[in-house]
Amino acid sequence: MTAQADKPHLSREHMLELLMQMIRIRRFEDKCAELYTQEKIRGFLHLYDGEEAIAVGVVPVLEKRDRIVATYREHGHALVRGVAMKAALAEMYGKQEGCSRGRGGSMHLFDRATNFYGGNAIVGGGLPLSVGLALADHMRGDDIVTACFFGDGAVAEGEFHESLNLAALWGLPVLFVCENNLYAMGTALALSESETDIERKASCYRITSEAVDGMDVVAVEAAARRAVHAVRESGKPYFLECRTYRLRAHSMFDAQLYRDKAEVEAATQKEPIGRFQGWLEANHMIHPEEIVRMESEVASEIVEAVAFAEAGTWEPVEQLTRFTYAEKSMRAEG
Amino acid sequence: MPKETVQPATIEITYRDAMREAIRDALRRDDNVFLMGEDVGRYGGCYAVSKGLLAEFGPERIRDTPLSESGFTGAGIGAAMAGMRPIVELMTVNFSLLALDQILNTAATVRHMSGNQFGVPLVIRMATGAGRQVAAQHSHSLEGWYAHIPGIKVLAPATLEDARGMLWTALQDPDPVLIFENVMLYNMSGKLAADAGPVDIDKAAIRRAGRDISLITYGGSLWKTLEAAAALAGENIDAEVIDLRSLRPLDDPTIMTSVTKTRRALIVDEGWRSGSLSAEICTRIVEQAFWELDAPIGRLCSEEVPIPYPRHLENAAIPQVPKIVAAAKAVLGRA
Repeated sequence: MTAQADKPHLSREHMLELLMQMIRIRRFEDKCAELYTQEKIRGFLHLYDGEEAIAVGVVPVLEKRDRIVATYREHGHALVRGVAMKAALAEMYGKQEGCSRGRGGSMHLFDRATNFYGGNAIVGGGLPLSVGLALADHMRGDDIVTACFFGDGAVAEGEFHESLNLAALWGLPVLFVCENNLYAMGTALALSESETDIERKASCYRITSEAVDGMDVVAVEAAARRAVHAVRESGKPYFLECRTYRLRAHSMFDAQLYRDKAEVEAATQKEPIGRFQGWLEANHMIHPEEIVRMESEVASEIVEAVAFAEAGTWEPVEQLTRFTYAEKSMRAEG
Repeated sequence: MPKETVQPATIEITYRDAMREAIRDALRRDDNVFLMGEDVGRYGGCYAVSKGLLAEFGPERIRDTPLSESGFTGAGIGAAMAGMRPIVELMTVNFSLLALDQILNTAATVRHMSGNQFGVPLVIRMATGAGRQVAAQHSHSLEGWYAHIPGIKVLAPATLEDARGMLWTALQDPDPVLIFENVMLYNMSGKLAADAGPVDIDKAAIRRAGRDISLITYGGSLWKTLEAAAALAGENIDAEVIDLRSLRPLDDPTIMTSVTKTRRALIVDEGWRSGSLSAEICTRIVEQAFWELDAPIGRLCSEEVPIPYPRHLENAAIPQVPKIVAAAKAVLGRA
């Protein structure tokens, strides 16, 4: 671990919080997978196992006024940002008590209260959006950072290149966070990119960039602090590549024909929760009862969230067309 | 005391200049408004609509962009979601297809998909239509495609009043509005009230009242259709001409009232025929006013070819006055 090298002043309390948040995401998503097999959650469900250190390392570094744009694999980012677990789960149930009124489901968690601009399920589609959010802040002179999360698959999209160029050209406060899990669905990075060192692409646009072990939560957080500080001070973009691995299938429909079990097994040895917990234990920074307490708190929160989602209600079909347009100016069918 | 009768002052102005005045007025009224697009600044706009605005408002608000249609349209969406009022200019509707992902998958979906937490008060302007011999990648009329999409509004200003007045109303709209400017209208000149201002953006207009047939059109075809109506008058056919103005939403009541009166309809649309806006209008008339009709509905659309370069073929590909006259007479059984 790099904790002592990068953040010697990290308090024990803070480290326990990092562990707690990662466990919270993992257990929540374990429950989501179970609920999916029970057909409580339908459609696509993309899980974040193995990548939790990124959301937990980056999101808490942001201020409340900052903005977040995420992808369809965004449950962790939403939870850490402060979207209530029960509202996220109700959304995945499709209930109107969900954080997007049940309209979006797993891939489209939105929350105005926390400046969470969604789950965007078009790969690369969130990048121009983040540029625009930052452009508004830049033009108004507001001291706000927009963090934009995306995967390695987005790097092949034109919108990635257009967005990096625009952000650099206009000097916009965007923190680009590439969650490089090595696969765009089932296509390995080496099969889709002539240059697999993603961080280098940012330097072509003269954007300060850094690659970090995305499965080391302390390293991610240290890098995120540098990055957010740089964006806020300079008003310019910064590119953070977090190298990680997706331990589960791409979605619940994925038979994982494209990778070896041995490869997954090797990555599992580096997964962020066991690794961080083991390091805390080896350094006598955590008591076994504290882990029990964390697991127990998370389990209670999940029980409550499931009960909330189960008790949630379906939006009346009569409201199907509401909010296609804003209501005041809305005409009927169009 | 007798009231003084003062003729309202008018100015002679082109469609292009009316559009520029609309942009200038919006920039003056609201600091959150800015214009962004390819060559809108130093070049002055590919159709010279924004000429001179850079000097007046500076490069932050008259923002030249790289050739990244998806990127800067998406940036417009993001800026709108964060409270700005961007006007994005896409050179032509053909190029807008490079931004279609952002328009359809983000701008049109966000309000509904987010449960009304976020909206996109964005205006996107673009040129459309044939007639300048710029061939098959600069001349199409795809506004009917955009009218297919729930979540956006689609406008087609055909008159000086609408060129001057639709933009501000569109900027006040909380949802994305696309404005299609037919390239053949930019040089059109005429009288406009000196105090012309915002106009509604959801009603069709009767541009010529008549009793015998409803000619339903919009955009660049409006003036050809009015010319055709004048020719028809010479043959004792009294045509009513409807300018749709808004392609989404469509103003069904105005269309149905007219058709109920005339009992005959011809739709004139520079878009292609198959799966088109003209098909949509035709269907709505059949659904809502079938029993009022005395004859099958006619359609005059562009020929189903990519718009060709040579003038005679380009002219043949899109609706023209003689064809409109002939099509109207066919509906009336006087071919």
